[in-house]
This record gives sequence, C-alpha cells and structure tokens, in this order.
Amino acid sequence: MFGFHYRLERKAIGFVLAIIGVASIGGIVEIAPLFTIHQTVEAAPGMRVYTPLELAGRNIYIREGCYACHSQMIRTLRDEVERYGPYSLAVESKHDHPMLWGSKRTGPDLARVGGKYSDAWHVAHLNNPRAVMPESIMPAYAWLSRTALRIDDLGGHLRALRAVGVPYTDEMIANAPADAYGQTAPDSPQAEGVTKRYGEATNVRVFDGTPGDPTEMDALVAYLQILGRLTDAAHKPVASAGR
Amino acid sequence: MIAQLTTSERQFAMVTLILLAVAGLVLAIAGRDDLLGGQGLLIFLAALGGIFAIISKYYSPEPSEGRFAYYYDDPTKAGIVIAMVWAVIGMFVGDWVAWQLVYPDLAFDAAWSSFGRLRPVHTTSVIFGFGGNALIATSLYVLQRTSRARLPDQISPWFVLFGYNLFCLLAVTGYLMGITQSKEYAEPEWYADIWLVIVWVVYFAIYMRTLARRKEPHIYVANWYYMAFILVVAILHIVNNLAVPVSFGHAKSYSSFSGVQDAMTQWWYGHNAVAFFLTAGFLGMMYYYLPKRANRPIFSYRLSIISFWGITFFYMWAGSHHLHYTALPHWVQTLGMTFSVMLLVPSWASAANALLTLNGAWDKVRDDATLRFMMVAAVFYGLSTFEGSFMAIRTVNALSHYTDWTVGHVHAGALGWVAMITFGAIYASVPWLWKREGMYSARLVEVHFWLAVAGTIVYVFAMWNSGIIQGLMWRTYNESGTLAYSFIESVVAMRPYYIARAIGGLLFLIGAIVGCYNIWMTIRTAPQVTREPVSSTPDSVLVGTPALQPGE
Repeated sequence: MFGFHYRLERKAIGFVLAIIGVASIGGIVEIAPLFTIHQTVEAAPGMRVYTPLELAGRNIYIREGCYACHSQMIRTLRDEVERYGPYSLAVESKHDHPMLWGSKRTGPDLARVGGKYSDAWHVAHLNNPRAVMPESIMPAYAWLSRTALRIDDLGGHLRALRAVGVPYTDEMIANAPADAYGQTAPDSPQAEGVTKRYGEATNVRVFDGTPGDPTEMDALVAYLQILGRLTDAAHKPVASAGR
Repeated sequence: MIAQLTTSERQFAMVTLILLAVAGLVLAIAGRDDLLGGQGLLIFLAALGGIFAIISKYYSPEPSEGRFAYYYDDPTKAGIVIAMVWAVIGMFVGDWVAWQLVYPDLAFDAAWSSFGRLRPVHTTSVIFGFGGNALIATSLYVLQRTSRARLPDQISPWFVLFGYNLFCLLAVTGYLMGITQSKEYAEPEWYADIWLVIVWVVYFAIYMRTLARRKEPHIYVANWYYMAFILVVAILHIVNNLAVPVSFGHAKSYSSFSGVQDAMTQWWYGHNAVAFFLTAGFLGMMYYYLPKRANRPIFSYRLSIISFWGITFFYMWAGSHHLHYTALPHWVQTLGMTFSVMLLVPSWASAANALLTLNGAWDKVRDDATLRFMMVAAVFYGLSTFEGSFMAIRTVNALSHYTDWTVGHVHAGALGWVAMITFGAIYASVPWLWKREGMYSARLVEVHFWLAVAGTIVYVFAMWNSGIIQGLMWRTYNESGTLAYSFIESVVAMRPYYIARAIGGLLFLIGAIVGCYNIWMTIRTAPQVTREPVSSTPDSVLVGTPALQPGE
C-alpha cells in the first residue's frame, strides 16, 4: 500500500485524479438519492406557493440575515414539539430556494410563527423589539416601515423560481406586481386577483397598519404570518402525511 | 511589482484588466436599477486602478534573465500583508457583533450595521480574507521550496491574489448593501461566484505548472493538502452555488435546489469548507512550517499518508451531522454521524504527527513563541476535532445543536487551530521573505501569543457554558410535566457569557493588531536585496535527513 503511494506521489496528474475520485464518493452517495427516492419529500396536495408579497418578504428576511439567529426547522424532539409545534416536514420547504432551516437559535425557531401573533405585534416588535419584550437582544428594524417595497420586478423573481421548479403560472408571473400591491390593499380592485390565484385563505390586509403603497414592513410581516401555513401536512397524523 | 513583469506579461495584464473593466461596466449598466449596479461599479473602478498602475510603469525596463535562478516571492509578501489587514477587519467586526448581543442598540438604526448583515462580513473576512490570503501566500512559497522550482510566470500569481481579493471585496460590500444568497459561508451572489471559479482555475494551473517543472521526484506532503484544498473547494463551490439569477441586471438569484436537497447540499458544502479550506489547507501549512521551524523532519511519513487520505475520504460524508433530527432522511443522518466519528482517526493522526515531530525540539517550543504558536495550534486541532466527532453523535447533537456550543466549537478550531498555525507560519516566513535575522521584536511575538491563547480560552469556555446552559434550559421540564423555561429566560441567562465572549474576542483582536505592528516594523527595517536563489540541493529537513542534534 505504501509502495503504491510512493509511486503515486510522483505523478501530479494521477494524484489530482485520486483526490477528485476519493473526495467525490461521499457526496454522490448522500446527495444523489435524495433526488430519486420519493419518500424523501412527503406528498402535500393543495400546498400553495408564496405570493409575490410573501416572496418579497422572504427576500428581506434573507437580506437582513434573520436566518443567522432564527431557525425554521423544528426537530423531532419532545421539548421542541411542545415549545414550537409539530416537527417540520421536508415538504414544507419544498418551494424554498434556498431553504432557511438555519443553524443557530439566538432567538426562537420561526417555522410555525405564522398566525401566532397579530400583525400589530410584529410591527411593534420589528420597530423596536424591546418595546414588547424588554429583555430581547434582537436588532431593531425600524427602517423597514420607512422603506417602500420594490414590486415592479417581482415577475422576474417568479420566473426565475419557475425555472428552478416552483409551479408559478404565466398568470401569476404576469400579475406579480399587481398581486403584491393588492395583498396589502383589501379594498382595491387588485385584491381580488390575489385570492383568485393563491386561494381564499390568503391573508389580504394592511400588514404594517398604514394604508398606501406597500412597504418592506408589509412584505416581511406577510411572510412571517405565512410561516408554517403553506400546507397543513405537519398537523395530520403521520400515517396519512405520506399519501 | 509591475517592473518585474515582462513586456508580454504587462500586455496580458492590460488586456485582462480591460476585459474586467468592460465586464464591470456592463454589470453597472445592466444593474443600474438594482444593487448590482454598485457592485459593477466597484469591479470597474478596481480594474481602472489596475490599468493606471500598469500604464504608469509600462515602459520601465524588463526584468533580467537572471530572475529564473530565484524564487518569486513578491505575491507571497503581498498576500501576507493583505491577510493581516483582513484579520484585523474581520476580528474587529466579529467583536463588534459580539458586543451587539450584549448591547443590541450598537447598530445605530442603520440597515448595514445590524447583526444579520455584519455577521457574514465577519465570517467572510476571517475565513476567506484572512485564511484564504494566508493560504494563497504560503502555498506559493511552499510550492516553490518543496518543488525547487520558480513559479511558472510572474503574472498569474498576481491575477490569483488580486482576483481573489476582488471576490472578497465584492462579497463583503455586497452583504453591507444587502446582497446575499443566505447560504452560510457561501453568501456571495452569482457574479462573484463565477469570478471566483475563474480565479481558482488559474490558481490550480499555477500549481500544476510548477509541479510539472519540479526538481524533486516526490510531491511533498504539504502540497497534497494544498492540492486537496484547491480541488475540493472548487467542486464544493460550483455545486453548492448552482442558481438561476432573476435577470442579468439583478444581483439576486434563486438556488437550484430547495428544501431537504438544498439543506444537504449546503451542509455538504458547509462542513467541507471547514474540512478543505480550514483544515486541509492549513495542514499543508503545518506540514511545511512546523518541521522547518523546529528543524526536525516530520515524525512519520506513513502516518501522513493515512491521515491525508482518511481526511479526504471521510470528511465528505460528515456534512449531514448538521441536520440531526431534521426532515433529512434518517439514513443520511446516520451515515454522517458514523463518518464523523471515524474522522477522529485521521484527525488525531495528523495532530499526533505534528506533536511527535517536536520530540527533540521541545526546548525550542519553550523559547520560541513562533514555534509555540504552531504547537498550540496542533493541540487545538486535536481538541476541536475530538469535540467535533463528539458533537456529531446524534444524542449529543440533540443538546448542542442550535446553541452557542457550536459557536464555541467553531472558534476553538478557528482561533485555536487556523489562526494560531497561520500566525506561526507568518512569523516564521516574514523574516525568511524579507531576509532578516528574526522578527522586529521577539517579545511582541510573545505578547501576541499570550493574548491569543488567553482570548481563545476565554472565548471557548464562555461558549461552552452558555451553550450547555441554553441546551439544558430548552429541554428542562418542571414537576407538572411542562417546559420549565420560556425562550427569553434562556436569552437572559446568556448575558454574562456573551460579555465574557466579547472580551475574549477583544484580547484576540488586540493580539492581531500587535502582530501587524511587529510585521510592519520588520518589513520597514528590511534590507533591499531580498531574493532567494532556487535551491540546487534537496532540503534536508523535508526529505527527512536532518543534521544530528547534539546528544543524538
């Protein structure tokens, strides 16, 4: 064995090929089957995609690095299920490019935060976390309320997501900016299109408490309020979740 | 620097820089409505600066033919200085965000200065800025000595060094503006990722071209590690960053993978960035500088073969231990755990090989802080690889995951191993490169050493405490069978440890600043003639036949 190596280490190309070969095995064995074994991701008929506004909110969540302190992955441990809710299923992040499972909980897990607090609570908390939670060490995100949300390019975002496999329709792509506006303006004519395309259960309201053009606060709160609610698969008994 | 380039190399540099300027301008125009515009402008201005530098020296005389008899060390010198600048930036930002967890209003109501944006600035600056530049600089130095051959040309090492730093600069400025992929340690967006691939191919080509001209029949073990670092990081980087941009004018892209497949790909990348960037690369460093400084050959050639292939094979399976108890299929978690535990064997083989090399030179370890940096690095390497294998066990991970224990573990490796071996290698090579007897002040090296050790120990102990307390508080039940603590109670309990951690980090930062001053003073007082001729005989330490020590 060492004699073979004694010869191998005299050949640069051979050594390079050996490194590539040896290093590739682990990844191939562990990653490739995840795409081919169907049980890896549960079936969840009726699971919806993010609306353009929620997607914009998700991009703000990414931009501000929220994932550095908040996970979105409830593990299959008793205390986690009791603290946060049913453990996370693979299917729940099926449309997440990239996933935001996170690796650190400086703050609590957010996988099921949707609907847990009111919009007003989220706005007050994001403006100044210490206003609602005096001991909190979270940064304040007050500028989100002051910043208008860019919606004109949301169609492009949906198109890129469709290219990587998220089932957005042509209609959704064409109406993305209007839907983003409509979701924050329940009395506007655009609001109707949102529920038509994304379902009756979609939250359509003034998320940041201030009517008018959508702000980044609107988008982020809309995203937080949908976390864990795109599908109810995790709330079903395990036996039926796989069907 | 430019005076050492041949005319054709100056022309090549001009063409490259003009192409880069055009690329930057195109991105600036295409992305004028997006954050991408600012990044394009940065590329354009960087290229413009390079063009002016070339023009100003374009007609200076060509280097003489005699240069082929000497090693080409100027890129190494520049790389070491740049690495130290990144070290100070990265550690300063790291300590700043550490204080933000104590005083959350240290962000001044600005978007760029909040924890979430500064944290990747810290990680990228220390891992890729400090670590990456140190690896590039030392690898070029080691490659030439162990091959007894000069670098193949004068231009490609500069392209790699400056191109790589342009990547780092794009990454860091991007985070501050709000550009990120959110993939940990792979945050830069598509345009920066593509640029890094180009830089990396040239880096690999330098390696192969120099090896092809080597005068030593065998490729020295340090180069195995540097080659594994270059090759595997390329594979990881390309696969994990596959993404579709919103448009050519948008910085934003969407990852090709989603959900569970994305999580596995990300942590396959993430853990092997630790393995092949922060471990293999720095083991390459250790395998050259430690024996050279101690003037002892490596303890065991066979042990280095076993540990090299063990690390190359086992590490690639270990990433899934970041995903225990998650929605990742159980069989992948189990594989990750199994290989993580097996990894202890090659890891400790490397650490033992390093420490046993010091047998017969322990008096030097006592007297020489530079060698002591390397010794402590090997000890921390052994400790943190043991801790890593332990934390990868599923039931241990149930407690440690998501807590500060992970942060403590990472810093035991990053401060104790990566930074210490780098400081040791830099303190060894600065006098060699600038042709001085030793560093400007041996006492300041000593001061840096103790600041670094104290800072690391304070940091790691604080995070062990906070992590374990956090993990226990989250899972503690009271007599009535309900959870005993709310989440915020665990946050409040962390405060004293966060203060201790920030102080530990501050000590480490001060040490790095002392190091910068010492290096700067060494360079300032260096003689002008600093070239080293290409050796005509094999290095006695590296081939394993050192002169006998007194008493042997």
